[in-house]
Amino acid sequence: MTTAVYTRYELLRTFRNVRFFVLALAFPLVMFLLIAGPNRNEQLDGISFTVYYMTGMISWGAMAAVIASGARIAAERSVQWHRQLRVTPLPVRTYFRAKLVSGYAMAAVTIVVLYVAGISLGVRLPMSGWLSMTALILIGLIPFAVLGILIGHLLTADSIGPAIGGLTALFALLGGAWGPVLGEGVLRTISKGLPSYWLVQAGKSAVTGDGWPPLAWIVVAVWTVVLTVLAVRVYQRDTART
Amino acid sequence: MITVTSSPPSTGVEVVDVAKSYGAVQAVRGVDLSIAPGETVALLGPNGAGKSTTIDMMLGLTRPDRGHVELFGKSPSDAVRAGAVGVMLQSGALIRDLTVRELITMIGSLYPHALDVDEVLDLTGLHDMAGRRTQRLSGGQAQRARFAVALVSNPELLVLDEPTVGLDVEARQSFWSVMRAFAARGKTVMFATHYLEEADAYADRIVLMSGGRVVAAGPPTEIKARVGRHIIRATVTGVDVDILARLPGVVLADRHGDTVELQCTDSDAAVRTLLTTYPGARDIEIRGAGLEEAFLELTANSDQLAELEASR
Repeated sequence: MTTAVYTRYELLRTFRNVRFFVLALAFPLVMFLLIAGPNRNEQLDGISFTVYYMTGMISWGAMAAVIASGARIAAERSVQWHRQLRVTPLPVRTYFRAKLVSGYAMAAVTIVVLYVAGISLGVRLPMSGWLSMTALILIGLIPFAVLGILIGHLLTADSIGPAIGGLTALFALLGGAWGPVLGEGVLRTISKGLPSYWLVQAGKSAVTGDGWPPLAWIVVAVWTVVLTVLAVRVYQRDTART
Repeated sequence: MITVTSSPPSTGVEVVDVAKSYGAVQAVRGVDLSIAPGETVALLGPNGAGKSTTIDMMLGLTRPDRGHVELFGKSPSDAVRAGAVGVMLQSGALIRDLTVRELITMIGSLYPHALDVDEVLDLTGLHDMAGRRTQRLSGGQAQRARFAVALVSNPELLVLDEPTVGLDVEARQSFWSVMRAFAARGKTVMFATHYLEEADAYADRIVLMSGGRVVAAGPPTEIKARVGRHIIRATVTGVDVDILARLPGVVLADRHGDTVELQCTDSDAAVRTLLTTYPGARDIEIRGAGLEEAFLELTANSDQLAELEASR
């Protein structure tokens, strides 16, 4: 049995979904060009406006990509497809892995396209900067990929669209994807406790070359663990009931 | 064609005393079922009889409250993992954004002995639609694609839960001919239906379920004799129903005004006698009794039995 074929078709399905592209790629790209374009010579949060906004819009789009991939489980559940799959030899692990691979593949497209857009607006980084930024973004997306699988089991097919849009917008806004959360008030503290904040900060750490502070790793790890525990619990409840 | 059956492997499907309740509702109240390898068995019963719950437990989709299931000597999940089971569930649709061919290829790739995709497309009459996206199929086409998904696995055991719901007459016929061809390869088939005619025509054995129990099991001829009743409706004036109930072949008689309704085990004999004895009988109508009516009686009997056993 080869699960590669299964994963390949899952990828194909993902890339054929137009709404997915709009949410994960078209919106962030257009917003980047519209906002970073006129401000390309400005500074934001201590780094160049274009780098900040490029990472911000990548965070928003890539979050949408990985959340939506898992959340599509809701649509499959609504047509009972999960039951059909459970009477095939497909290992549960492969099913979820295919969802993660698809989400990350879409996120990779968003990352590459926005890098190119950033370069076209004058973003210049050393190779090590590009690499460390990419690595941190990919790591920072892990909790959101798990979040997608979680809400894919919690919500219905009808509510999943607004939930993806709303959740990504909220995480992006509070994480500073559209501009840093100012001041040192409660909101700023909350912001630093969100994995989306550290996604956005991947840009800054690429410029300074410092990488993430320990707090970032802790935040991403805690969110990942908590969401994974919840997702596993919801999945188990789901399979036990039917 | 004559098929020589060498002594088949001893165990196929073994369902032993499985029961399942959902809250206060006892969906299945202790079902035993055994299917020999190569046998085609129909699970016949009205809606709510417990057929789907029994099938779900058989496949490991639902955990029984008690009892156990073995498929070819393995647990359901082991048999499923080994690719020995192909299933067409009762409800459900297909995932979108793939063509029919891609979907069948995707599922086939999970099985060790999958059928050739073109062969499956031919068998299910989907060749002309192979390039169509699943979300653009009509209801009947989608039903055929679901059958193709079950078939491509080339399983030892094919389970079909009310497979012909939503199919027109022609599609039904071609469906059953494919099913029969598949069974002729020595495969074990179990299908659920609430049509007696389907069970009669396509099964080696019928298991009759009602109220969460098996109320009868045997070859189609035997089951048909028990539930395949006919009802004669006729306008007959001035005759007492008790007398009509004693006509040959009649088991029950009922009167609504001038119209009488006779439940028959042998409607041919009944109608002959009716006409010779009461030439005034007119507006005669004969129809097959609904299964539900037959089941009601069988279930009533089995309930009385259960009460008797309980009171003992």
